[in-house]
Amino acid sequence: MNVATMFQAGLPYMVLTGGLLVVMIGVSIKRTHAVAAVLTIITLVVTILSHVLAYSSLGDGAIQITPLFKVDGVAYLFNILFLLAALVVAFLGSEFISVHVRFKEEFYLLLLCATLGSLVLPAAVHFASLILGLEIIGISLYAMIAYPEKARPPLEAGLKYLVLSGVGSTALLFGMAMIYAGSGSMEFASSHPADGSMEAQYLYLIGNAFFWSGIAFKLSLVPFHIWTPDVYHGAPSVTTGFLATVSKGAVFAVVFRYAVEGDVLDSGNVQLALILIACASMVIGNLLALLQTNLKRILAYSSIAHMGYLLIALLLVESNKVLGYETVVVYLVGYFLMTLAAFGVISVLSNNHERELDTIDSVNGLFWRQPAAGAVLIVSAISLAGIPLTIGFVAKFYVFAAGIDGSMWILISALVLGSAIGIYYYLRIVFTAIKKPSDEFGTITDLPWTGLGILSFIGLCMLVFGIYPTPLINLVQSVVQASGF
Amino acid sequence: MSTFFLLIPVLLVAGVVAWLSERVRSTLPNWIALITFIATTLWVIVIWLNGPNAEGLYAEWVKPWIPRFGIDFRFEVDGLSLMLIGLTTFLGIVAVVSSWTETKTRHGFFQFNILWVMAGVVGVFSAFDLFLFFFFWEVMLIPMYFLIAIWGHEEKEYASMKFFLFTQISGLLMLVAIIALVWIHYNISGTLSFDYDVLKNAEIGGATARLLMLGFFIAFITKLPSVPVHTWLPDAHTQAPTAGSVILAGILLKTGAYGIIRFVVTLFPEASQEFWMWGMTFGVISILYGGYLAYSQIDFKRLVAYSSIAHMGFILVGVYSFTELGTQGAIITMIAHGFSTAALFMMAGALQERLHTREMSQMGGLWVRAPRMGAVTMFFVIASVGMPGLGNFIGEFLVLIGAFQKSVVLTVFATIGIVVAAVYGLSLMQRSFQGVPNPDVSQMPDFAFREMSVMVLLMIALVWVGIYPQSLLRMTESFLSGLGYPL
Repeated sequence: MNVATMFQAGLPYMVLTGGLLVVMIGVSIKRTHAVAAVLTIITLVVTILSHVLAYSSLGDGAIQITPLFKVDGVAYLFNILFLLAALVVAFLGSEFISVHVRFKEEFYLLLLCATLGSLVLPAAVHFASLILGLEIIGISLYAMIAYPEKARPPLEAGLKYLVLSGVGSTALLFGMAMIYAGSGSMEFASSHPADGSMEAQYLYLIGNAFFWSGIAFKLSLVPFHIWTPDVYHGAPSVTTGFLATVSKGAVFAVVFRYAVEGDVLDSGNVQLALILIACASMVIGNLLALLQTNLKRILAYSSIAHMGYLLIALLLVESNKVLGYETVVVYLVGYFLMTLAAFGVISVLSNNHERELDTIDSVNGLFWRQPAAGAVLIVSAISLAGIPLTIGFVAKFYVFAAGIDGSMWILISALVLGSAIGIYYYLRIVFTAIKKPSDEFGTITDLPWTGLGILSFIGLCMLVFGIYPTPLINLVQSVVQASGF
Repeated sequence: MSTFFLLIPVLLVAGVVAWLSERVRSTLPNWIALITFIATTLWVIVIWLNGPNAEGLYAEWVKPWIPRFGIDFRFEVDGLSLMLIGLTTFLGIVAVVSSWTETKTRHGFFQFNILWVMAGVVGVFSAFDLFLFFFFWEVMLIPMYFLIAIWGHEEKEYASMKFFLFTQISGLLMLVAIIALVWIHYNISGTLSFDYDVLKNAEIGGATARLLMLGFFIAFITKLPSVPVHTWLPDAHTQAPTAGSVILAGILLKTGAYGIIRFVVTLFPEASQEFWMWGMTFGVISILYGGYLAYSQIDFKRLVAYSSIAHMGFILVGVYSFTELGTQGAIITMIAHGFSTAALFMMAGALQERLHTREMSQMGGLWVRAPRMGAVTMFFVIASVGMPGLGNFIGEFLVLIGAFQKSVVLTVFATIGIVVAAVYGLSLMQRSFQGVPNPDVSQMPDFAFREMSVMVLLMIALVWVGIYPQSLLRMTESFLSGLGYPL
């Protein structure tokens, strides 16, 4: 492997880091909100474009850059997804912070930093790079959550996330240490003590127990989900959108890599634990969502359930890697679109208000008061429920196919049960949005057009990929196959 | 021939146009929807007159959709499908006319939803790819949900939610069954395909086939509906606007029946044959229990809704007799019930618009006030009771002949259902239109030309089915001979 190809393959990372530095220096020279925003958007776009060049360097599947990273097509696919989501957050965030906060420019630094962390994870093949990426995201997120410094709830949410995420990372690190103690390797591929002593096997098992607990914290899987609704609720909607999509997607990408390379699901105990966690997340996440009246809390519990659905794809790794990878990517694309749309609507609606309009009553009759935002919210709710015409159905179809392909009937039952419960609260959002608005709510006219434009585009994507997913599926399939699984 | 599949896009586009046209004039959407349905009905008639090709298909259109999973846009129209598509577009006219003055606001979105439901239903009746079928199966729900949730009556939230949950949850079971069927077929044969004709030949037997069959069966009897999963129907019907009820009873229930005939008994012939006892028993219970509940109602619309459950019971009895006559009877019942119940729901809507109530205790002696409405109601009540010479009689009679060969006892009970039908049918008539005129209702506008013209069309249709059922039976000949049932 010559150095030139290695640099070419790592180009996106360097571009993003360079852009990050430019924004930082720019801010320190002169604070201008518009310049910082534009520079950030340019950085993200250029990073996305740089993937084209980087992808052409991949000869036969994958390139190892130091023992820490291995980039392949799938990693790039995840990267582009995260970058696009970050782009959406940058646009929506610029509207939010121009109204709501005093010190505006640092938000972009944090956003770029977090995005860089999320780009690290899909390529990580080593415990060190895993924790590196995870912490870059985490530390940036603490500040992004608590960013509106005048209000109390974001501060509280930021502190909660700081403490609990710290606990999660600690568990993760301890688990890694034990796995290392057993196998003597920090690399995913050789972390499995295949024919080690009894002691090594025990260390491996206990290590994985800690490891997956930490991961379950980050993915907010039951029973490690308690922080989720509070943090989602307290954080500003743009940050919540980022937290719910990019940070979770990145963690999922890396554990999927760990499962593939480290062959961890070989162990029946790990498999059983994951099955239990998945079932509990699907059922309990949806059940708890039924009790909520706040949109952000509903979405928090719904994201718990969605992560449970995704675990089905992870559990397929042992028998069918290709379908497993396809499911993860397609599902994440769908999940990103619908989650960003939902939080985006809340953010755009609340733009001119002191407090966020995040109760379910605040979208009362939204479809008639502000048709574009209402339609996006309805499509997103229908999509989250997994009903056809939307990408949510394609995603759910993949999960069903994955579950059936692996003959995981218990998980399928939990999936059916969870989805059935889920329909009720998603439909309540739809019903509220199409209700005849009462007199106290008038037509909404003064929404920022960029936000509405982006949301409409996301809504359109959900419908187009829902009706004709073939281009997306073909792209994912060809990339997954080219990556040599 | 292949252009027939433009029918679905035409309905979809007409829906969008109708929605937008609201800005020009508020009644324009009604006209657009009406013209669309008249035109499509004529189109179906032209296709019907052209006759089928050598394979018994009236039209066919296949394009790859998601090649990754072997999913195609596979539309095929045989006699059974064409008959039901014709019913759909025709009842579209009825639905639009019946709600002409009922909806006061948002005509545009209302007609949009009606047109989109119909597009979904046409898709259901012509999809020969299981994924595509499921797609349309769910697509037709969303506009229907909107119709009930936005324009419904007092308890629309509860009713629309219940309707959606019942159909969605049973739909999820069907989705699992579909994917499992495809994957099992894939493991046997090595080709991944959702094509109905391919899967029909999948050799799946034993417990697996029984479980998969149940997945489909539960989804379809929920939609039909049959006891014990019928409880959504009375609520949805009572709360829906008139057009919604007409579509729901006239067409959406038929998708359940169609699913059983097209998919359950053909994809899993052996498992279904073993299941006949359960199928017929569910049918008989629906007939008797539905009839009993119908008699106990005080709400005009609810009574008609429960009578639908009873009539749908005949379809189950007919199909699960596994005889040619029984299946023919079930198909005729589908068509005839579509006409007669649509008319009765239209009547319920007209009464509610005039009296602002659906309770029969507030009616009584209405014949004096509105003789045309009285006569029309009389006709359709008698039809739905099963008077010879009208369509429903043919359907139920054939069902009973077919069932008799399978099980005498169950047939006897099913026949008692016809007596029950007479009891609730005539009591409906007596409580609303006959007896001492209610002094509170001093005057009531009678049906005008708009309503009468539709009613007359429905009457002609019912008489035609009753006197010349052969014209319909001939269309299903090739499908039925493919099943290979005894007479």
